[in-house]
Amino acid sequence: MPNKGVPVLDVKDLKTVFHTRSGEVHAVNSVSFYLRPGELLGVVGESGSGKSVTMMSLIGLLPSPPAEVRGGRVLFDGEDLLNVREERLRELRGARIGFVFQDPMTSLNPVFTVGYQIMEPLRKHMGMDKRQARVRAAELLALVGIPDADKRLSDYPHQFSGGMRQRVMIAIALACDPEVLIADEPTTALDVTIQAQILELMKDLRDKLGMAVIWITHDLGVIAGIADRVMVMYGGQVVEQAPVKELFGNPQHPYTRALLETIPSVTGERTERLHVIEGQPPILAAAPSACTFRARCVYASDRCACENPPRLTVGPAHDAACFWDPATGQPRNTEPTHTGAPNAG
Amino acid sequence: MFTYTVRRLLLAIPTLLIISLIIFLLLDLAPGDPTAQLPLTIPPEVKEKIRQSLGLGEPIHVRYFLWLKQFLVAEPLHVFDNLFGTHFADGMQRVISWQTRSPVADIVAQRLPQTLWVVGMSYVVGVLIALPIGIISAYKQYSWFDQIGTFISMLGFSVPTFFTGVLLIVIFAVNLGWFPSIYDTTHVVDSWDAFVFQVRQMIMPVMVLALYNAAQISRFMRASMLDNLGQDYVRTARAKGMSEKVVVLIHVLRNSMIPVITVIALGVPQIFGGAIITEQVFKVNGLGQLLITAIYANDIPMVQTLTFIFAVLIVLFNLIADILYGILDPRIRYD
Ligand SMILES: Nc1ncnc2c1ncn2[C@@H]1O[C@H](COP(=O)(O)OP(=O)(O)OP(=O)(O)O)[C@@H](O)[C@H]1O
Ligand SMILES: [Mg+2]
Repeated sequence: MPNKGVPVLDVKDLKTVFHTRSGEVHAVNSVSFYLRPGELLGVVGESGSGKSVTMMSLIGLLPSPPAEVRGGRVLFDGEDLLNVREERLRELRGARIGFVFQDPMTSLNPVFTVGYQIMEPLRKHMGMDKRQARVRAAELLALVGIPDADKRLSDYPHQFSGGMRQRVMIAIALACDPEVLIADEPTTALDVTIQAQILELMKDLRDKLGMAVIWITHDLGVIAGIADRVMVMYGGQVVEQAPVKELFGNPQHPYTRALLETIPSVTGERTERLHVIEGQPPILAAAPSACTFRARCVYASDRCACENPPRLTVGPAHDAACFWDPATGQPRNTEPTHTGAPNAG
Repeated sequence: MFTYTVRRLLLAIPTLLIISLIIFLLLDLAPGDPTAQLPLTIPPEVKEKIRQSLGLGEPIHVRYFLWLKQFLVAEPLHVFDNLFGTHFADGMQRVISWQTRSPVADIVAQRLPQTLWVVGMSYVVGVLIALPIGIISAYKQYSWFDQIGTFISMLGFSVPTFFTGVLLIVIFAVNLGWFPSIYDTTHVVDSWDAFVFQVRQMIMPVMVLALYNAAQISRFMRASMLDNLGQDYVRTARAKGMSEKVVVLIHVLRNSMIPVITVIALGVPQIFGGAIITEQVFKVNGLGQLLITAIYANDIPMVQTLTFIFAVLIVLFNLIADILYGILDPRIRYD
């Protein structure tokens, strides 16, 4: 598994705030993470934990107002994306950073042909003329497994099924051979068999094309099957981060542990009821000054109410933002980790 | 699409026949006598003769079919004869105005240019103003531009044209003397100066109506743009690195125009209906004014013909709107 090299994407202390009528909503709070070339980073967390907002903040896709990226640094290939002109971001979006969104039924423009929509980034970023772009678009459609690609270029989105449309979205995202692909719950809106097909396709494409992928999902099962490394988000923060095996085998944060317990087991004893995490995720009106999970946490102590736990190293390439140590059942006392890439700079 | 169009056209025939019957019956049953205005000194027998000569003695169904024949056969043939110098319609009875005793169609043909120039132009101007205003208002929602646009649309929509018309006359014709207060329909454009005069006399009526049209259409455009700006495909277009110009003017606009084009098409028959009030205020003797005077004078053939022409146009533009919808929105297929 490719995990060596300088990160393509290195995010430090990213903060995003929404200005709403009822005050500020702190959706992303000092998020730091990195992504190595060719790596597949899974991002999990329940609804509202700030996964989408984090990824959209990186590349200026949030509407502003109401959104404001308040601080941080996003290094992409040595360039800080938070400090470049809008024009520069547009050169990168769709060219070197591709996006796939959740709902393929609404993510394509209904009045333009699929071919037109795939050719758009090709013509803009690769400077292709119409004919070259068409040839490449047909190749892309074939690549994502749409039969009869050449003919289907002149079809409209409504003539495709949901799974097919998501393939088209992937084709668009991959059009210009991006170094990073951000997939925001690309399979959530699809039924299970189609989900599996899209997952297979993505694995395939990553092996073939070697881009780094950020895969956002609710589905831990998917993560286990596809990711190299996992990042768990809660309340707009990264609460745990580890290689996939380590995370599933040795979860440290109570939230991660609770998440893993919510997966119903097919093979083991059948539990009486499905596990749920009691309580509601927080909506933060200010930057957190205490642990955001403490209200739902059975291990919460006084310290959690007056101090926001930093990300602590808990194992090789593994960190968690929690004072509690599951191995001992006691509070731990370690130094905050260096949360950036281990061998960056 | 083609079979759909043909089917719709065929369906329009019974619709129009029923409309024509209703128009005919309504006007025929309405109280009013074309000879009522004649001096009382005319003896009743003579009045009766006049009524007979107008064809009023016949039973109602005979008169209806006669009118239909005149309207649907004689008149089109006359138009054809006029265009190609043929003689198909010779000897056929035409629909005659009771007021002027000349064929209704000829009068309509005389009045049409005034209406088309003033009312049609105002519609075009209104649409041309409305679209950019709607687009910008939506894109910059709640900006000062949007607020001012909203305010002006509300004014344009709620202040009646007879008020804005008179206001403009008082300001620009009476006080400033920039434009003539009355539209001179006999004016012939044969030189540059005459053209300038034509433009000057058109400006006020066109502006009054354009404001009214623009108010409506810009609101539609704004609402439609707002609907689409929040859609997921807009985010996709941005994620592809498309410029804001492309995102708004190609991706969003193309979708937003679908309902707006329909509204614009449905508004076209109103042009031919003339803007009755504005035509009165500025003394433009167009179709609207023609209709009003015909109603006052109990000129039933004229009223019937004009109303029926409007009905035909409305049916026709409904069909055109539907077809445009099908062309613009690939999801709609009529076959
Ligand atoms: N336009 C907005 N205005 C105000 N708050 C917003 C807006 N968009 C997102 N938020 C807030 O940001 C927080 C994070 O939202 P985000 O969409 O990133 O969640 P998510 O983790 O992607 O959830 P999901 O799994 O449902 O997609 C939410 O609590 C939400 O309240
Ligand atoms: Mg999301």
